[in-house]
Amino acid sequence: MAKKRPEPMEHLDWMEAIDTDIMDRVLRGAEAYLCRQYTGREVENALAADHLSPGDFCALLSPAAMPYLEDMAVKARLETRKKFGNCVQLFTPLYISNYCDNHCIYCGFNCRNKIRRGILSLVEVEAELEAIAATGLKDILLLTGENRSISGIDYLGEAVKLAASYFPAVGIEVYPLNVAEYLFLNKCGADFVSVYQETYNPLRYAQVHRSGPKRSYPYRFHAQERALRGNMHGVAFGVLLGLGDCHHDAFAAGLHAYFIQQKYPHAEISLSVPRLRPYINDRDLFPQNVGEKQLLQVMLAYRLFMPHAGITISTRERAAFRDHVVGMAATRISASVKVGVGGHKQEEKGDQQFCIADPRSVKEVHQMIVERGLQPVYADHVRV
Amino acid sequence: MHDLLTIGKHDFRSRFILGSGKFSLEMIKAVIEHGGVEMITLALRRANIGGEANILDYLPENIVVLPNTSGARDAGEAVRIARLAREIGCGDFIKVEVIRDSKYLLPDNYETIKATEMLAKEGFIVMPYMYPDLNVARALAEAGAAAVMPLGAPIGSNKGLCTRDFIKILVDEINLPIIVDAGIGRPSQACEAMEMGVAAIMCNTAIATANDTALMAKAFKLAIEAGRAAYLAGPGRVLHSLAEASSPLTGFLEE
Repeated sequence: MAKKRPEPMEHLDWMEAIDTDIMDRVLRGAEAYLCRQYTGREVENALAADHLSPGDFCALLSPAAMPYLEDMAVKARLETRKKFGNCVQLFTPLYISNYCDNHCIYCGFNCRNKIRRGILSLVEVEAELEAIAATGLKDILLLTGENRSISGIDYLGEAVKLAASYFPAVGIEVYPLNVAEYLFLNKCGADFVSVYQETYNPLRYAQVHRSGPKRSYPYRFHAQERALRGNMHGVAFGVLLGLGDCHHDAFAAGLHAYFIQQKYPHAEISLSVPRLRPYINDRDLFPQNVGEKQLLQVMLAYRLFMPHAGITISTRERAAFRDHVVGMAATRISASVKVGVGGHKQEEKGDQQFCIADPRSVKEVHQMIVERGLQPVYADHVRV
Repeated sequence: MHDLLTIGKHDFRSRFILGSGKFSLEMIKAVIEHGGVEMITLALRRANIGGEANILDYLPENIVVLPNTSGARDAGEAVRIARLAREIGCGDFIKVEVIRDSKYLLPDNYETIKATEMLAKEGFIVMPYMYPDLNVARALAEAGAAAVMPLGAPIGSNKGLCTRDFIKILVDEINLPIIVDAGIGRPSQACEAMEMGVAAIMCNTAIATANDTALMAKAFKLAIEAGRAAYLAGPGRVLHSLAEASSPLTGFLEE
């Protein structure tokens, strides 16, 4: 079923299409965003606002906001403290398969790359979970590449059941699913779903997703909405910064999250800010590199636009950067991260998706959080 | 004679209830000590029993734990969380929080009434967090609530008594302890609420985000005590003269 190459703006037969106008609204909003037309005055107005409008958010993401980074940081820290207090949530990802049908030119797992492929057996999954649980973590994110035959929905269901027996909070970052499939995984024990659109620009999206089901832009776009209709508790949004125009992509991701929160007010919303890092077959494909300063601008703009949203900081970033953004904008931080398949208990069974810049253990990250006067939080979810 | 706060069958000398959700756990003991706190909330989802950073490991034994149902999206979930709290030994107190809005964290009054009724029937001492609405407060009292906990302003906002007039109506009309929960950002606001006749104050963000948490806890303790004393003393009248000597409305009586 995954063999046919979808047209970028169409669904394949098995992909569930839902009735929603959010994609049109986000695309219209992103198209109308002319980031270079903003001035310092609009940035100052945004900084003075109690509740930011999408227009204010545009200003804070624009180049005009760069001289105001310190002001943004001060206000973001206040907002983070008001909403989250001293708390910083710890979690770790567990890659259980890296088989993938997609040809995404930026990704280490893409189907054309000659890498070592692997999938954990359920016995191996449990051994990994046991090793992670022994570190004290209570929040886990299960990840796969996109291959519905090798890492199919039944396999995911069993892996989620195992994870739920060790962890109160189980998230999944797998291929997009239909509503019934999200419902199934929710019943198995998953409550959180992460799906990143990578880039919200449809033309760029089509350029970088050359084949595989991921080529369908709308099916991926509507994943969060299907997940919430499938009884999931929270959904995460993000783009791969640097893949397309950073301002537009960050704006569209924020707007997407904003519209979803309006439509599903009970949903826990979170945002991630991965940016392109070195990987196999990179070859200078991406000139729109995003530096740390711009990454921080995006994080701060997210925090000010959506003070209630969780923000996750990836191990793609160096330790010093991560340390400084927790408590200022970020509220979730991963620790003891492996990005190959497995690797927490036994040797990694498949190659890594990307290179990490912060290999610190749970204990080390815990210590860093305490030293910054903040509170490491392990459990923050109860399943009922 | 002590001026005791009675909730259910329990008496408290302190009228300062501490929220714990935003704290660094290491600070909790000092804050309890300086604030004279006897009751502290516990988000069950954060409890991490037997694991790292378990709040129960940081609470002195004489403190009454008030578990809350944060994370519940409807009455059914709140009831299940309350039962879990009782199972792990948190006692019969339960603060009902049913929140279906992740942005403002405003309580869902309708689901809160349902949860209160179900939990009161199961013998819990139910303290529902609510948006201050007189009809809802009456329904909560009818449902068996042991206290009513209206918000002063959105959680974490530190904006104070934005709902002042509506909380005063609850104080005047509801025969249960009215405890202001959420929004209190300064000791002066806590004092004002106590002067109005509120029975107690619950506070978290204002203390957790202070530069010196222990000192701020002490400031709240003193403000709450001052406000309570003022309420008991009966504030003096402030006279406003409405009469205008030049053209008295009752002047015709002299004609």
